[in-house]
Amino acid sequence: MATIMATIMATITSTDIVTDMFQYEFMNNAFAAASMVAVVSGIVGFFLVMRGQTFAGHALSHIGFAGATGAGLIGLAPLWGLVGFTLAAGMAMGLLSDRISNRDVAIGVVLALALGFGLLFLHYYTSFATQATALLFGNVFAVDRTMIATLAALGAVTLAGLAAIMRPLIFATLQPELAEAKGVPLRLVSTAFLAIVALAVSECAQIVGVLMVFTLMVGPAAAAQRVTTGLWSGLILSAALALAEAWLGIVIAYQTDWPVSFCIAVLSALGYFLCLAASSYGPRHPSAAER
Amino acid sequence: MIAVVELDHASIRIGGREVLADASFSIRPGEFIGVLGPNGAGKTTLMRAILGLLPPSAGALRIFGAAPRRGDASIGYLPQLRTVLPDLRIRGLDFIGASLNGERWGMPSLTRKDRGMIEETLDAVGARELANRPLSEMSGGERQRLLLAQALIGNPQLLLLDEPLISLDQRHQEVVIDVVRRVCRERGITVLFSAHELNQLLGAIDRVLYLGNGQAVLGTVEEVVTAPVLSRLYGTDIEVLRAGGHIFVMSRGRDVEAAAHMHDHDHGHDHGHDHGHDHEHGHRH
Repeated sequence: MATIMATIMATITSTDIVTDMFQYEFMNNAFAAASMVAVVSGIVGFFLVMRGQTFAGHALSHIGFAGATGAGLIGLAPLWGLVGFTLAAGMAMGLLSDRISNRDVAIGVVLALALGFGLLFLHYYTSFATQATALLFGNVFAVDRTMIATLAALGAVTLAGLAAIMRPLIFATLQPELAEAKGVPLRLVSTAFLAIVALAVSECAQIVGVLMVFTLMVGPAAAAQRVTTGLWSGLILSAALALAEAWLGIVIAYQTDWPVSFCIAVLSALGYFLCLAASSYGPRHPSAAER
Repeated sequence: MIAVVELDHASIRIGGREVLADASFSIRPGEFIGVLGPNGAGKTTLMRAILGLLPPSAGALRIFGAAPRRGDASIGYLPQLRTVLPDLRIRGLDFIGASLNGERWGMPSLTRKDRGMIEETLDAVGARELANRPLSEMSGGERQRLLLAQALIGNPQLLLLDEPLISLDQRHQEVVIDVVRRVCRERGITVLFSAHELNQLLGAIDRVLYLGNGQAVLGTVEEVVTAPVLSRLYGTDIEVLRAGGHIFVMSRGRDVEAAAHMHDHDHGHDHGHDHGHDHEHGHRH
């Protein structure tokens, strides 16, 4: 632990290393891609955590793995397989609504099935195997200019979609019965939201891999919701935490040669548990004891 | 005078089951109506029909003289406390804020005017301090007051309160009833207040709407809470005992309301504090 802290401190304080780092194009690309993806993940993840649908988000990423390997098999770019499969699955979950999307068992079965298909596609397309690790665990240092442009476009669509449904989404999340009575189309909102999650998951998987989308989509959002009670303060903190964890993760990975996703995962967990501790031992409103 | 809620030989069906069959009654402006009846008698269903979520399968249902329509701003609604996420740390202000124009697309925004309106209604139910408290730290009673404040926003003329006393101890039940009665008298709001137990409501309600067996009977407590009427609604022999200002509805020597109430607690909505409710029922035989 001491060496890790020493490394981090040395990294942050040494401007030489920072200027050194930005000499490489792959580092600039990594920062650009990770920044966009972290902000999108932090914001979309905030609503995912608020709605208690994190497991559905996790399942979407696994389904995306099958899509990506399947796309490789028929000669398409993995990202489009990822986007296509997660979008289809997200919208199917939303349309089936309460029957599937909130049932852990059903989601678990579909998740395992999707991973199974991913494995089958890999089996028939063996030269794809080296890319499989990148798909599963991410490889932000391999991002090129074209990918950055694609991620920017996807991210813009994702955030625009979220902005369009945000108001009814929050209402439907907090008080579904009342929202229904006031005329919110619950199914449409939840389907649109899962489609947005699907896009965010596809983006996030490019940086940290399908197995580790939780690190950017759930960790920062859950941490932010432990220490804030306001809507906007929570959203901003969630995005900021995701951004900080992604940046710091890349810096640490660059210095130590550890995998980036590992570094981000550690920071994400650290951030969550620190916020959890802060909210458990922090000041409480005295009248809460009155109940 | 136009009736606030009027059923004219109305029937309401859910999935082939007739919850209300050929029911007729009419609720006048400003009335405080206690809605009672056994579990599954259709208390929630009736409210959903009034909200325009469930059209009657036969007959007519009129709200302020017109057909019910979804999103009617003149109706305030407090649904049964079922889906408030237990771990949600969002503060009261933002919780209520999310319901203002919550059906419109786009980004949420809370203007100074909205904020003032929320604080004003919180004041009216004596819960100003809840604006900045996270939901997860509120007691059941505080949450109900928050939801009540929310239902009052926009000056509704009709308030539908679905089991607002569930999971509350005696003291908080009385607080909720008092607040509802006071605010609604001041503003001339008509109230439908559903509950499991009649006794707490006795001093507050003008008339009682008793549901059961597909039927609905509206009248004063003296007219409705009688052995013949309730036997018909419960579909079993009911005895009604009046003692010390309380009314006990008994079936084969058991208090049917207390039984229903206990049953609800089995589903664990409460937060484990001091349930004072039917203590006085224990030694009345």
